[in-house]
Amino acid sequence: MTNFKVPVWGYWLMGIGLAAFIGLLIAYIRKNRGFRRPIFASPYVLWIIVFTVIPCLLVAYFSFTDPQGNFTLDNFKTFWDSNYATRQSLGPDALKMYEDMGLSLEDLGLGRSSININTLVFSLWMAFLCTAICLLLGYPAAHIMADREFRLGPTLVILFVVPMWMNFLLRTIALMSLMEDSGLINSILEWVGIGRQKLLNNTAAVQVGMIYNFLPFMVFPIYNVLNKMDYKLSEAAMDLGCDKWHVFYKVTLPLSVPGVVSGITMVFMPAVTTFYISRLLGGGKIQLFGDLIESKFLSTSLNEWNVGSALSLIMMILILLSLGLLNKVDPEGEGGGMV
Amino acid sequence: MKKLVSLLAVLVLGLSMLPMQNAFAAQEVVNLYNWYDYMDETVFDLFEQETGIHVNKMYFTNNEDMMVQVRVSPGAYDLVIPSDYCVERMIAEGMIQEINFDNIPNFANVIPALQTPDYDPDHKYCVPFMWGTLGILYDTTKVEEEVDSWSILWDEKYADEIIMLDSIRDTMGLALKLLGYSMNSLDPQELKAAMDQLIAQKPLAKAYYVDETKDKMAAGDAAIAVMWSGDALYAMELNENLKYVVPMEGSNIWIDTMVIPATAKNKENAEKLIDFLCRPDIAKMNCEYIWYSSPNAAAIELMGEDYTENATINPSQEVIDRCEFFHDIPDYIMTFYTNFWQQVKNAR
Amino acid sequence: MMKFIKRFYLGLILAFLYIPIVVLIVQSFNAGKSRAKWEGFSFRWYGELFHDPNIMNALVITLAIALLAAIFSTIIGTLAAIGIHAMKKRPQHLMLTLNNIPMTMPDIVTGISLMLLFIFTQVERGFVTMLLAHITFDVPYVILSVMPKLKQMNKHSYEAALDLGATPVYALTHVILPEVMPGVITGAMLAFTLSLDDFTISYFTTNPLVQNLSTLIYSQARKGIKPTMNALSALMFVALLALLLVVNKRSAKEEA
Repeated sequence: MTNFKVPVWGYWLMGIGLAAFIGLLIAYIRKNRGFRRPIFASPYVLWIIVFTVIPCLLVAYFSFTDPQGNFTLDNFKTFWDSNYATRQSLGPDALKMYEDMGLSLEDLGLGRSSININTLVFSLWMAFLCTAICLLLGYPAAHIMADREFRLGPTLVILFVVPMWMNFLLRTIALMSLMEDSGLINSILEWVGIGRQKLLNNTAAVQVGMIYNFLPFMVFPIYNVLNKMDYKLSEAAMDLGCDKWHVFYKVTLPLSVPGVVSGITMVFMPAVTTFYISRLLGGGKIQLFGDLIESKFLSTSLNEWNVGSALSLIMMILILLSLGLLNKVDPEGEGGGMV
Repeated sequence: MKKLVSLLAVLVLGLSMLPMQNAFAAQEVVNLYNWYDYMDETVFDLFEQETGIHVNKMYFTNNEDMMVQVRVSPGAYDLVIPSDYCVERMIAEGMIQEINFDNIPNFANVIPALQTPDYDPDHKYCVPFMWGTLGILYDTTKVEEEVDSWSILWDEKYADEIIMLDSIRDTMGLALKLLGYSMNSLDPQELKAAMDQLIAQKPLAKAYYVDETKDKMAAGDAAIAVMWSGDALYAMELNENLKYVVPMEGSNIWIDTMVIPATAKNKENAEKLIDFLCRPDIAKMNCEYIWYSSPNAAAIELMGEDYTENATINPSQEVIDRCEFFHDIPDYIMTFYTNFWQQVKNAR
Repeated sequence: MMKFIKRFYLGLILAFLYIPIVVLIVQSFNAGKSRAKWEGFSFRWYGELFHDPNIMNALVITLAIALLAAIFSTIIGTLAAIGIHAMKKRPQHLMLTLNNIPMTMPDIVTGISLMLLFIFTQVERGFVTMLLAHITFDVPYVILSVMPKLKQMNKHSYEAALDLGATPVYALTHVILPEVMPGVITGAMLAFTLSLDDFTISYFTTNPLVQNLSTLIYSQARKGIKPTMNALSALMFVALLALLLVVNKRSAKEEA
């Protein structure tokens, strides 16, 4: 197990860092001969360095080192081939011994294994599916509510937010109890004559749980954008002879892109990284990338923190990349999300 | 506005005092890290009444989770209940400290054979709490045949009716046993074969659970489950159609023990609690609550025939003989276990 | 006809969102312990709720953390927003990017990175570390809700106040703050609700002895949630609903 101790120079570095920060601050105040407003941001600058930048650097540090603290790329090789670490820990001598016994790597179960990548791909696929379904379900709902002639619209939007005040884990567990073998849905199915179905502990159950948890995040930003949209635009289009569908394609849809983009971000991100939903609704049979990371840190008798850090880093980079892509579509961030 | 602010201030002050009160209260405490549902809660009340020491309870699901937590939260736990093979590892890593047996007079009640187990040969570090076996619990209304082998888990008749155990050593171990190997196998080839078996079995499994299983079985939600003996007895109490069997290929026999982490802050209180739990009447209370086998000779005497006549709680020598203890697996082989287990969990 | 289909569709989606909640509330009135069987109406679990030390403890910790985190993050965030707003273009851009990191980082990574920080610096995880983590993820949202209000106000009023002899603190509290108050309040409420509901980050930054409601629920999920937990969440749900109605009424009055 890694000995998690800050080396002495670490404390020195921290002290020097703090002193430098305060020095810069004083210099800044002196230079401007007074208490200019940017000074107000200094507590947060310090905060963000200690609680965001340094932790991120720690994750990066662990993913490029072995448990002894030496630089290595093994953690990423293990991501690519999950048997890599096992082969490494056996060492060439032992492998040679097995080879002499006439056992190939495949016989030993040590051939290339891509479970880490498979899990990532599966998670991405699940998140993509979840985002697509949320968009398909959520867009029409937001559109209906944003309709100016629909007086109840603004009230109904609040109804989409209210469920989020109840602890989401409890809600997910309630959903689970609905889907149980002896749960309400199965009772209804039996009563209708379809008969009881196995609804839990499969991919579909996890997917339903994800949609259930994240759908409001899609509806809200789209509604926001549609609601702020100048209705005169679509009226003008109508006056110019456009039919309803054309107005939608040519006017409403393009204008609602920022909302859609921020909706996609807000659904896709938590969906890729979730680990409790699959745990609750998958019955321990389904593993997402989040589960994998969590298990590398919290349920293993081996020291796999370094591999876990590498997986976290990969996830972080993936998220940042996809956000970068989305930002290209909506550079102003007009969707505005929940705020 | 001002009113609102002052109200908020009062609220904050009040609220922030509350948890502090718990933290700084002069009361003596012992922080117990335990399996779910493993002790009769009234035992803690009795303990507090007699000694004035409050027991803070925290729970874990399996040995592997527990080991990580004890490593990364130094000082958080005063008393932990790991299984035998983990004690070996914890001693080797210096994670636990020697117990002062002068403070535990009730240790004399422990069955002599269990006083010096091979995972703690000098009996310096641990006191046994409960022991039991791993086996199959099945519902006789759904399974008509007589179950006597692990192979029933691979029977396609029971697809989606089998609950597996989400615990690496136990589940890898039963697959090894099915194939006729040792549960402590160090041979990669054998482990690979066990993994292949489990992957082939996975489509038949309803779920991989630990703590959920007994309630599901009691409710009749599944036909067959891999389970520890005490959990099985608990479910059998609630549902008379259930039956427990230790398969003929052999299985795991284990002892859960009480140990004190090296970083414990309340060592003496932990020793008091250990002694208390070894007292015959208290050991009896716990045993009758969780239905695992007791290592406490005096408690067994108190329970009389209720205990000795029950084949699940008091297995015959023949059953014990076909069971095997787990031993600590060296890291270079453990990577196989972890890796293969990961592949089982990922199989779809 | 079209109208009917539209309403029906909305109804379906809302039903999907609400049925589990309704079930949960109904379960909290069930006399028996079972989740599947109805054994009669009773307030039993509401009574037992207040005698369950685990739940009461978790409730206190949750509320304390949410309140403290909201207060600290509002103070830090509001100051930061004012500061960032007045910065020159490049440092401002840098700060906004940095500010975005905690929001875009997956919860599980934030949680793990903070856990690494605390373990590495040998800070015992518990109430304080959980609070620090909550403040960390709350501040960016406060900044985001204060920023737009700052953009609306006159850029030079703060400097003008200083030139007229006001101290920085006076200028802050009497010139800037009143203008941006609505944003500050929105930010504080957002921070409060965010940390009330957080699970992932708390899960990694606390020890098993200091549980908030989410981590308690997660640890109980395996064993089956006790109906007392349902009772508590039903109560909290109703309380928040009432709060919303009151706030809405008041703001409607003020507008009128």
